[in-house]
Amino acid sequence: MSHTVDDQPTFNRRHFLIGAGGLSALALGGLKVGPASAAGLKVAAVFATPIEEPWDNQIHVALLKAEKQLGIEYKWSENVQEADFARVMREYAQKGFQLVVGDAFAAERIARQVAKSFPKVAFLFGSGAGPAEPNFGVFDNWIQEPAFLSGMIAGKMTKTGVVGAVAAMAIPEVNRLVNAFFAGAKEVNPDVKKKVAFIGSFFDPPKAKEAAIAQIEAKADVIYAERFGVIEACKDKGVYAISNMSDQSSIAPDTVITGPVWDMFPTIEQAVKLVKAGVFTAQDYGDFSRMGKGGSDLAPYHDWDAKLPADVKALVAQRRQDILDGNFRVDVDEGTPTSD
Amino acid sequence: MWGLVDQLFQVGFLAALVRIATPLLLATLGEMLSERAGVLNLGIEGIMLIGAMAGFSVAYFSGNLWLGVAAAMAVGMVMAALHALLTVSFGLSQHVSGIGVTMLSSGLAFYIYRLVFGQPGQPPSVTAFQPLPLPGLSALPVIGPALFSQHALTYIAFLLVPLSAFILDHTPWGLSVRMVGENPHAADSAGVSVVARRWQAVVIGGGLMGVAGAFLSLAQFNAFTFGVINGRGWVAIALVVFGQWRPWRCAAGALMFAFIDALQLRLQASGLGQHVPYEAFLILPFLLTIVAMASVSRNAVAPAALLKPFRKEER
Repeated sequence: MSHTVDDQPTFNRRHFLIGAGGLSALALGGLKVGPASAAGLKVAAVFATPIEEPWDNQIHVALLKAEKQLGIEYKWSENVQEADFARVMREYAQKGFQLVVGDAFAAERIARQVAKSFPKVAFLFGSGAGPAEPNFGVFDNWIQEPAFLSGMIAGKMTKTGVVGAVAAMAIPEVNRLVNAFFAGAKEVNPDVKKKVAFIGSFFDPPKAKEAAIAQIEAKADVIYAERFGVIEACKDKGVYAISNMSDQSSIAPDTVITGPVWDMFPTIEQAVKLVKAGVFTAQDYGDFSRMGKGGSDLAPYHDWDAKLPADVKALVAQRRQDILDGNFRVDVDEGTPTSD
Repeated sequence: MWGLVDQLFQVGFLAALVRIATPLLLATLGEMLSERAGVLNLGIEGIMLIGAMAGFSVAYFSGNLWLGVAAAMAVGMVMAALHALLTVSFGLSQHVSGIGVTMLSSGLAFYIYRLVFGQPGQPPSVTAFQPLPLPGLSALPVIGPALFSQHALTYIAFLLVPLSAFILDHTPWGLSVRMVGENPHAADSAGVSVVARRWQAVVIGGGLMGVAGAFLSLAQFNAFTFGVINGRGWVAIALVVFGQWRPWRCAAGALMFAFIDALQLRLQASGLGQHVPYEAFLILPFLLTIVAMASVSRNAVAPAALLKPFRKEER
């Protein structure tokens, strides 16, 4: 990969966040201060993981886009451990931030309690549970539609008839994507066999890589890379990969065919609009992550545009249109997937 | 099921086992050396993380992977020196200091990575170490591709086993390291500087821990991410006990853990997952390490002065 470094952020404040959760849980979380815009809406994000975590990163990317395009003022804290979650949320709420975004999976109860004590602040959190009146809205990565489309490509591209998926752990957010991926593969290739591996953590690329290698030895030749590390294994072993969450073609253009992409911007845009108008309500914003709302899609094919067989492309394009038109619904299956 | 059996007799399984064992082996040898001198180093988890970060960062900017490995070793030594200062020179609790070193190292690794790389959406990467087939040996059937087409760091890690056994058992320096770990007052009477010897063992051990981390970010993978150590340091501490503070047995422990880990990844890919929850597979290496450790360590005798600070005037 090329040696590019993203723009250096300005650290205007630094937080020492010492987590009581684990032995290695010491973290330095930085608050980034964006360009001052007095008229802009003040939006903060509280992330439980480092910003590289693919899930949180998509929220972060959408908020940066909102900073540019909608003129919001954006600050964030990352790697906020459970013990600090309430304090960091409160700090933002007290400092006049009108919208606080984040992922609540590690701290559902805490996030909801804090939200209750600031009824005038809008909270929008990634959550597996429902919204809570009056001000706690939720969203989630409802991107099973492009995961299904990716599975169709995998089912068509496999030569061995075995497709794999390497994922973090069997939680609903992961299961529904992996299951949709396999459902897509099965639809176009009913005899396809599936391989599933969970690595038991969110960040262990060497382990994810080893899990992918084990699947490749078991004949898998298209693997859904839910976590970092899988694409590298596929590249080394000369099989195909399906990326996850963002367009990761640049890691290995010849290896990564495409993959589901989550775009949180429509969700953020909607929430910002409602807060600005003073009509933010506690609702499930999950719908804004669907393809129909522009909240998710397949990653661009890049070089694969020329390499994918025309019939495969046509098949996927047709199904994509069916989904957009509302004529096809991808089942949400949150059961734990298993290997055949 | 037959697919699984077939897979276990493949070269790939043996190769994966050796690959997975490498960072554990380096870390375990480092921890063993430190403990043989009487100093438990719980800083290992953090030292491995900051080693992975430093190794990656230096390799990224210099374009030289070996420079990265050297940097990881140097940073590991610096963090271990802090532990030596607190526990050997100041005689503080080894447990408290070790945990402190892990927390400080983890925090520093995070902080420095952010200062250097900012908040990249996709972690920046380097071209990692490529496997280095040994001429002649790699042509052997089965064990050639499995054992002799590995990373250079893997060969080094495994050569360190006989080397450290030789140094500990057959050199004056090794003898004095064991003495300060067993009976520092006797060593002191014999004219050995207990403080110097402990410092040396702890610092060299830290260097190995740093390299263990760099193996993860420069050989087994090509980028640094924050959770990358993921408990491997704590596993190494258990493996030292399992290995009864002896290099060959520590190596056997690392290989055993890696064997189960490579096995469970293949079990997950087999149809067994339809009958057994995946968590059961994931926990296997840890479970068996605990079982093995519990059965073996009954007879194990830790270095007598482990955890005991040395003060010349005290007995």
